[in-house]
Amino acid sequence: MNEKNCKVLAAQIRLETLKVIHSRGFGHVGGSMDLADLMAVLYGEVMKYDPKNPRWEDRDWLVMSKGHAGPVAYATYGIMGFYPLEEAYTLNHPHTKFPSHTDRKLTPGVDLTTGSLGQGVSTATGAALGNKIDGRDNHVFCIIGDGEADEGQVWEGFHFAYAHKLDNIIYFIDKNGYQLDGPTDSILAHGDIAKKAESFGLYTQEIDGHDVTAIYNAIQNAYAKKGVPSCIVLDTCKGKGATFAEPKHDHSSQPNEEQWAEALAAAEKAYEDAKNA
Amino acid sequence: MNVKLIGKHEKDSRACRDGLALTLNEMMAEDKSICYVDCDLMGCINTKMLQKNYPDRAFEAGIAEGNGAGVAAGLAATGKKVFFHSFGTFSSRRCYDQIYMSAAYAGLSVRVLGSDAGVTAAFNGGTHMPLEDAGMYLSIPETTVLDPADYAQLASITRQLVNVEGVSYTRFVRKGIIKVYDDGSEFEIGKGVVLHESDKDVATIITSGIMVDESLKAYEALQAEGISVRVIDMFTWKPLDEELVIKAAKETGAIVTAENHNVTCGLGSVVANCLAKNCPTIQEFVGVQDQFGQVGPQDFLMDEYGLRAANIVAAVKKAVARK
Repeated sequence: MNEKNCKVLAAQIRLETLKVIHSRGFGHVGGSMDLADLMAVLYGEVMKYDPKNPRWEDRDWLVMSKGHAGPVAYATYGIMGFYPLEEAYTLNHPHTKFPSHTDRKLTPGVDLTTGSLGQGVSTATGAALGNKIDGRDNHVFCIIGDGEADEGQVWEGFHFAYAHKLDNIIYFIDKNGYQLDGPTDSILAHGDIAKKAESFGLYTQEIDGHDVTAIYNAIQNAYAKKGVPSCIVLDTCKGKGATFAEPKHDHSSQPNEEQWAEALAAAEKAYEDAKNA
Repeated sequence: MNVKLIGKHEKDSRACRDGLALTLNEMMAEDKSICYVDCDLMGCINTKMLQKNYPDRAFEAGIAEGNGAGVAAGLAATGKKVFFHSFGTFSSRRCYDQIYMSAAYAGLSVRVLGSDAGVTAAFNGGTHMPLEDAGMYLSIPETTVLDPADYAQLASITRQLVNVEGVSYTRFVRKGIIKVYDDGSEFEIGKGVVLHESDKDVATIITSGIMVDESLKAYEALQAEGISVRVIDMFTWKPLDEELVIKAAKETGAIVTAENHNVTCGLGSVVANCLAKNCPTIQEFVGVQDQFGQVGPQDFLMDEYGLRAANIVAAVKKAVARK
């Protein structure tokens, strides 16, 4: 992998994610920004896809089970050429193709509709099963929030994937430690979420979710593991790179224009710095 | 449509579920894109044969209906034609949000099967008695909702379901059932079946499922009293055959709906909706009157909830008197 390219792409995704949300003025900044590094590795280095043919049968799939992180997906797909980026600057406007939660009927690149938490785990698992039936060598990547893992359905999905030996799916748990009402530990403490996933029979790794090389390597490890599904727990910082959201780990944000200007300028600078590094 | 009515009120020697299971078995041999997902109830509807014959396309999701429904939707996204089964209570209430969002809202076709329709859950009791299952599916946009009467109708519908786009819900009886139609009868989703009609009809009974036979008995009892009524099997609750309903309302002037379901949200409701919009007509509602289910033999339950020919006869007379 090209680490520098990945870091540049991650910085660009952060900047564009902010622009997408800024077009509406408010939204789920925290849980979008912390996924930029993962999205950069997936779409920059790992996944097979064709922006001109988003439903290409042999593509790798991405299921944003934490559907409220739509903006980071819209920014990524725009950068990768699924549509002109400017189209995504209509987030949550009437009749937009870019709703707050990802929708397969509306947005090129979105493989499955999500929003009701937990459900993307099951649909991603079903897609992995369908691909396996057809003998494809592709993978399904499913991104789950740590708050989302409160939902029992997440664990039902893991259970099914283990029982049916789906080694063509990788579940990422975005462990940012926060959900809408506060720290996950104070809402419904999980204990050691990686150990829990492991106890469901998943090949589980826990890594720094902002280290692009670690993410890439973990995915390669998962590819090499046959006969069991994989789980990669990403230790992340909610709101990473959004100056108004990062310190408070905001779930959703309604910054004023001054705060927006500061955040966009900082993200712009981070993008330039990454390019010049 | 090619319907041969038997209507002799005789029990079919076969289990109704086999109209589904044997048909699906044939279909899966012909069409390799058909998949089947069950929630630990294959043994109840004789679909273990699918797992035996097509182990790469018939799956157990275990006792986890929400996940099973989501897996079905995910399979559909990869181009599979998916049938998903549990008892009617669990394939509606237990996985409603999953079917709503992951399948229907997402534009993915899943053919949901709910066994033990209404009071036929009998000895499994009130916890397992779906009396609002079809109502829940009627509430989801762009769905198809069906309540077949017997083996032949279930088999005919099963063959068509594979081509139905979007989410469909078919509720059916597992075990013994009255043979209403001869084998080989063919039905068309969206088209009701007129079982009796004449130009002397003073009311129309619109019915489906296990209530078709009761309605035919009611027809005979009324004929004996010199009262002529039309009888329509409206197994297709959605899409409703509105044209047929409106025609019957205009020609007979009174409607009685008879259903094995809660009357607040079922066949009576969709017929009333259609009539209110098109030609307001007197209507009486035979069915479960907004009550919970309970345990007991099916015969007892049909008496208990007023699901008998006698109840339909009384409703017809009441409707005619209100004219």
